[in-house]
Amino acid sequence: MARTLYEKLVDEHLVASPPDEAPLLYIDLHLIHEVTSPQAFDGLRLASRRVRRPERTLATADHNVPTDPPSTPVSDPVSRRQLEALDENCREFGITLFPRGNEHQGIVHVIGPELGATQPGMTIVCGDSHTSTHGAFGALAFGIGTSEVEHVLATQTLPHQRARTMAVTLEGQVPPGVSAKDIVLAIVARLGTGGGAGHVIEYRGQAIRDLSMEGRMTICNMSIEAGARAGLIGVDDTTIDYLRDHVIVDDDEFARLAARWRTYVSDDDATFDSEVILRADDLVPSVTWGTNPAQVVALDGVVPSPHDERDPAQAEAAARALAYMGLEPGTPIRDVAVDVVFIGSCTNSRLEDLRAAAEVVRGRRVAEGVRALVVPGSHAVKRHAEAEGLDRVFLDAGFEWREPGCSMCLGMNPDQLRPGQRSASTSNRNFEGRQGRGGRTHLVSPAVAAATALMGRFASPAEVSA
Amino acid sequence: MKPVHVVEGRAVPLERSDVDTDQIIPSEWLKRVERTGFGRGLFSEWRDDPAFVLNQPAYAGATILVAQARFGTGSSREHAVWALMDYGFAAVVASSFGDIFANNAASQGLVTVTLPPDALEELTQLVKADPSRLVVVDVERLLVEVPDAAWQHAFSLNALTRERLLHGWDTIGLTLRHDNEIARFESAHWAPSVPIRFAP
Repeated sequence: MARTLYEKLVDEHLVASPPDEAPLLYIDLHLIHEVTSPQAFDGLRLASRRVRRPERTLATADHNVPTDPPSTPVSDPVSRRQLEALDENCREFGITLFPRGNEHQGIVHVIGPELGATQPGMTIVCGDSHTSTHGAFGALAFGIGTSEVEHVLATQTLPHQRARTMAVTLEGQVPPGVSAKDIVLAIVARLGTGGGAGHVIEYRGQAIRDLSMEGRMTICNMSIEAGARAGLIGVDDTTIDYLRDHVIVDDDEFARLAARWRTYVSDDDATFDSEVILRADDLVPSVTWGTNPAQVVALDGVVPSPHDERDPAQAEAAARALAYMGLEPGTPIRDVAVDVVFIGSCTNSRLEDLRAAAEVVRGRRVAEGVRALVVPGSHAVKRHAEAEGLDRVFLDAGFEWREPGCSMCLGMNPDQLRPGQRSASTSNRNFEGRQGRGGRTHLVSPAVAAATALMGRFASPAEVSA
Repeated sequence: MKPVHVVEGRAVPLERSDVDTDQIIPSEWLKRVERTGFGRGLFSEWRDDPAFVLNQPAYAGATILVAQARFGTGSSREHAVWALMDYGFAAVVASSFGDIFANNAASQGLVTVTLPPDALEELTQLVKADPSRLVVVDVERLLVEVPDAAWQHAFSLNALTRERLLHGWDTIGLTLRHDNEIARFESAHWAPSVPIRFAP
């Protein structure tokens, strides 16, 4: 029978299907970080349990690490304690850890693919909702809570309620200047923040095929913003080409793996529980205006009015969002000034993202009064960017060039907005207070973030080169 | 986890949709390595406002939170569930939940009740009209009740989630009964472990 990619991945990882219980799924790769793991390790110790497969577990410090040079001590004692706990737990249970300052350290969803740990056909979990990123490789990857982290550490499995399947198909090609971020913002706007609930989304169509792996990761990353458990993209030549550079094995082994990897696609006649079709040709550079990622408007547009919403609950949510964001309906987005520009996060901190931003910035200056920071997703991204001279491009323009980590995406480290400050951010969530208490976040692509930094207000790259 | 059969108590209406886990517990609270003490951080960005519903004396001591659509979306932080429970909530009623939040709640014994929007609105109005009303969430009979208003509504729970709540099962313990099957699966499985050689 024809199967979707999701169904193949589940079928291949079924350990047991006991009656009256959820099927048990084997987990190939468990990524952990300092924030959602300490209580899980405590649980193991309390129950005298071990980590079943330390060799399938990989740890890094990313969420709370300061982005100052690693020689600077972690000044926040609570964060320091959490980082120490990760060190101690990984040592005690024999888990490979890339701590702050390590050459392989970085945001967990950036380093997995970069280090060749993320491969097609795998099941991948992490105590972080953006684990969906790895689905770009045809892997079933989803975020879990701390109790589930403990469960995977102890058993290398998870009970898995089968999800429904949804195909999101992007027909046609995107116009020039429209990035992967704009595509996924359009998808989230279309589905709404709950539209993908209970589903695994598979992204298909020409505009997805045209994307690099970096772009595909940006798309799958934000699946959770539409409420979906996971995002998936089937394996093709682009996937295999990326893996050739990142999975370090001999040629015979690579050929053997690649032949298997290529099977991780949905069968041609597989049926999905639902399908959504978007015309890629209609997409435009976009900005979020509100406090959830489905509140999206064209960069060319104006701040919408709550009266545009037919559903009273949505209208009330829109009014609340506008009040929080300090915006008046009808204001052109291009007239909205920003205080901070953040280029980083597991959504948009890879080399391709930094190149797109640097291309806009090169030879220009950040607008007076704007704080602009670039936080590479990993040390590898930082090294490669520096080898290309991108750090100089940003520094000469007045950007800060910082050390890798999650940074201002979630404001757990010192990189935060102050109350009332407005940011253009390449991250994934514009929730109230997400980047710092009282902060106002607008999600954008790296190119729009760069242009906005130069103009001091929302702007497209075309405006700065004019 | 303790078994949960029935949750009884006052209910507090949180009349906002799309309450994501960043609102439930802001990230500054996530630096802690303990599992307790998160109640003080619950909805902390709203708690400074004296008008915020949790600050109203009439709702003090409530054990049931009556929320709205898409409660608990966003970040996977189980700290959101720990904060709700540490504050004193034992059940959350809403018209929909974030998937990861609902899983986290199930593993901690926080009951999540999904009601259709019209029933949720009726319940909200009942607890607004008289905050002292007793509300009952019955996991055995799968009913939400407001006895003094003779109001009740059925809800559904995934069978396994219900069993876990009623028995207080340790999910890891349940899974470890399948230890032999896990070992058998592993011995035949193709997927490589974490690489030991990395690209530069």
